[in-house]
Formats: sequence, structure tokens, C-alpha cells
Amino acid sequence: MADLIYPKLIGARLRSQLSYRASFAMDFVTQVLAQGYELIVILILFTQINALGGFTKNEVLLMYAFAGAAFGVADLFAGQLDNLPTYIRTGSFDVLLMRPLGTLPQIMCSDIRLRRIGRITGALAVMFYALAQVPIDWSPAKVVLTIVTPMAGAVIYSAVWVVACSVCFWIVEGREFANAVTYGSNAFTSYPINVYSRPLRWLMAFIVPGAFVAYYPSLALLGKQDPLGLPGWVGWTSPLVAALAATVAGFVWRFAIRHYRGTGS
Amino acid sequence: MIEVRELRREFKVATSKGLRRNYKTVTAVDGVTFEVQAGEAVGYVGPNGAGKSTTIKMLTGILVPTSGHITVDGVDPSRQRRDLAKRIGVVFGQRSQLWWDLPLRDSFDLLRSIYRVSAEDYRKRLDECVELLGLQELLITPVRQLSLGQRMRGEITAALLHAPELLVLDEPTIGLDLESKERLREFLADINTRRGTTLLLTTHDLDDIERLCPRLMVIDHGRVLADGPLDELRAEVTPDRELVIDLREPGPAPDVPGVTAVRSEANGLRHHLTFRRAETTAAQLITQVVRQVEVHDLAVVEPEIDDVIRKLYQRQLDQDVRR
Repeated sequence: MADLIYPKLIGARLRSQLSYRASFAMDFVTQVLAQGYELIVILILFTQINALGGFTKNEVLLMYAFAGAAFGVADLFAGQLDNLPTYIRTGSFDVLLMRPLGTLPQIMCSDIRLRRIGRITGALAVMFYALAQVPIDWSPAKVVLTIVTPMAGAVIYSAVWVVACSVCFWIVEGREFANAVTYGSNAFTSYPINVYSRPLRWLMAFIVPGAFVAYYPSLALLGKQDPLGLPGWVGWTSPLVAALAATVAGFVWRFAIRHYRGTGS
Repeated sequence: MIEVRELRREFKVATSKGLRRNYKTVTAVDGVTFEVQAGEAVGYVGPNGAGKSTTIKMLTGILVPTSGHITVDGVDPSRQRRDLAKRIGVVFGQRSQLWWDLPLRDSFDLLRSIYRVSAEDYRKRLDECVELLGLQELLITPVRQLSLGQRMRGEITAALLHAPELLVLDEPTIGLDLESKERLREFLADINTRRGTTLLLTTHDLDDIERLCPRLMVIDHGRVLADGPLDELRAEVTPDRELVIDLREPGPAPDVPGVTAVRSEANGLRHHLTFRRAETTAAQLITQVVRQVEVHDLAVVEPEIDDVIRKLYQRQLDQDVRR
């Protein structure tokens, strides 16, 4: 029962938010709209063109939806890392260090924002629509891939978030940088990566493994060849990439905490 | 309970000169050594920037020492942070460990889960704190609506739910009104004497020390200037005491052997007689005085604790200058 502590911390956070009902409802709507804007951009784009990087509108929508759902879930759990500078500046971070729990899970559970479910809901709706529209040669494996992809994507995004926010331990106002990486990689992964220039592609596909959030899994689902020449099985490796990213993020976080305790606030 | 040897902590501080950035090393804690036995109550005082908070952060495992050795309740704070967290309670006067938007009781419930306290122990300890600190009415109030004094009582309860042997308090009475301060002191004195909880507290309010801490440690510039019972320190740095006498009729001050200085006020109605505590006792002095003049009232004044600490700083400065 003692291991239920994190669900309890999340529950506490949810109850806190419900003490501000009106602002909660507004935030929820704002989040659905925010997700909608990006959708509108894609739809307008496709009134002018028929294909983007060799992909049809609905195929691009599928990538957009995978990325959106993954980002939404990651935002739910890792988004509160954006508050890290405040934690460090006000000394609240020291309070986390005084508890017999890990700092990262404490922060993740500290500020689960239900309104972010608005974003996830929107993305899932588009995902179901796109899955119904695009030609997929369904097999049990592909069903699993469809379910696993947003989850692996969420882990990848969360890892990116952790690594980017770790910068705040060195530069307390590193939030701008962190946001550029996290939100930037979301914008990036919503489109087929072959539309980007080569250096950006390499950076965002393999250093920040954004291409494994939506692009490669979508290729595998659609049974399409990678225009960039990577073999077809790459689309099935997202969970592995996610595990690797999470491990790296764990190490970076530990290193950052060691730095913090070593040089102080 | 606490063992500290040759503790040192340096910080790199950025100093900007134009566009160039230089770093200089500042030593916040510079070779601090002390021991605290189980059951003691120790006041840790010093001016701002003296190294108090840095020491506390190292004792609680938040910061890792640059060099030196610390053991707290048998644990190395920098290596076994989580282990230590289960054994000690920490209260920071200026930051909260309660959940801002939730009722006080919810914070306690969460801490019970975090520290894995059994339901039975939890109820017993909570009931005790609630009763002694008068929290009954406040348990259902969201923390954000509590006054500072009420919140501090909540913070202290929160720190005691896992029954730590050592309670570390960093400026627990800062910003509180007199009544709240007194209530906290009374409670802390009680858990120290009755339950045997070791207390280590930093403070700017010297009444806290007078009331709570038989032992005082004074730190400045990262070094311990003095460490010992308050009475001894007082005797050591301020050898003078003062006898204040109010006369029935205005008149000259009595001429008594052993008095080193006389100050008169109210046209000779009141006289302050300074004497050395090592040479004369107050009793001897009073016997002499009442033989010579008709006394309306008299009092023996001990130097204020502020004076003691100021003198300690002064003594250190003098030594530094001489070196």
C-alpha cells in the first residue's frame, strides 16, 4: 500500500485544481483550441497542395495525431518540469530533497494538470478519424503498434523534457531554452520529417529522437517506404528508443541533481 | 546524534566585470566542528551570511560538503539522503512543505504515506500535536488560508509525524507575532524535555535561545566563535553585572567596595552600580548598599543575550585585527 504514494500525490494535486473550478474549465477549452489551431494549419495547407513530402492529407493527419497525443500525455506528466526554475529559486526544491522519495517523480506528480486532457482528447479524435481514412493493411501486430505508438511517444517526449529542463540547474532561467526544445520538437514531429532540411532532420530525428514519436511508426503502419532510405523495421523500434531515451534522461537528471547539491542554489 | 568534523563548503560566485565573467570562490562554512548529543537543544546563531543555512543544508543532505565529515543519527547525509529523511524532521521558516490548496489534514495524510507511518502511530502523533498546538479547528482549512502562525504550527506537526529523533528548525519563529512565538517555544520545549527529541535551531530571535536552548553555538564567517552553555558564555564575554537601586529620597550613590562604575539618573533617585561577577556577589553588594542608603527597590541585571553575541563578534574582530 505504501507504494501507492505517487497516485496519492497525483490525487492531491487534482483535488487542489478542483478548488479553482472556473479557471479549470477555461483552461480545458483553451487547450482544445490550442490543439485545434495546428490542425487548421494542416487543413489549410492541403487546400493548396495534394501531398506533403509524398504523404496525403490523412497520412499527415495521422502523424499529427500521434504526435499530439504523445505530447499531450508527456505534457501531463513532465510539463510541470517547466516550473523547475521557480522550484529552485524559491527553495521549494530543497523541500523535495528533504523527503524520502526521488525528486523527479515528486515533481512529476506535483502538478498534473487535468486541463491538458483537452489536448489529448482532441488528438485522439483526429487519430481515429485518420486511421479510418488511410489505407492500412491491418494485422494484430499493427493494432498493437497503433496502441503502443502514442505511449512510446509520450515517454520519448517526457525524456526530452527532463533533459531539456535539467539545464535549469545550471542556468536558472533556462526555461526558454527548454521550451524551445520541447514545444519545438512537438511542432517538428507533427509533419513528415523528409520535408525538413538535412541538418535539422538529423538533429530532431536522432539526437532528439522525435522522428520515432510519429513519423517512423506511421510509415510502418501505412506500409510505406522511407523516402530517406531507412529500412521498414525502424518503425517498430519506438518502444526501444523510448526505453533508451528514458534511461539517458534518468542519467542526465541524476547528474544535474548531483551538480545542484554540489554547488548549491 | 550529530557529529561534524572540519566541515567546509565553498561556492563559486560569478562576478561580472563588463562582459567578462569571472568566478571567485567564497567559503561559506570554514572548518566547523561540533557534536550534539541525543536530547540536547542547541541554538545555532549568527548574522546573515554567517554560514548557518549552509550548515543546515549540509546536515539535512540537501548540499554536499566540499570537505569534512558529517554523521547525523548514524547516517552520512550526502550519501544517504533518503535514509536520513526518514530519521529527521526539518522545518524551514520560510518555505512550506504543506500542500497549499488542500486542507491541512490532507497534507498530513500525504506525509503519512510518504513516510510510511502506520495508521495507529499516525493517529496517536497527530492527536497529540493537534491538542498541544490547538489545531482542531484548522484541520479542514486549506493551507493557503492559514495565518503564518497557524501554518508554522502545521509545519511543525508535519515534521513530527514520522517521530524523528532530531528536529532541525531553520528560523522557525521568523515573522510570527509574540503569542504565536510563545506557543511554539512552549511546544518545542515540551517535546524536547518530555519526548527527548533533539533540537537544533537557527534563529535571529534570541528569546528563542533564552527560552529553549541551554546550549548556544555562535557562527560567523563560516567559523564557530563560541560553543557552550548560555550562562558560561555570558560570564566569559561580559564579566560585568549591574545592580540597579531606586532610592526613597534623591541622594548620592552609595560608595561600596567592589563597584567599578556608577551611573546615576532621575536626579539621583536611581543608580546603576556595575560590578565584576568574579569578584563580588550581588548579595554582598546589596548588604553594603542597604547599610548606607534607604532603598525603595533594587534589581540585578544580566547582560542581554544580544550583548553577549555582539561582544563575541567584537572579540573575534579584535583577534583578526591583531593577527
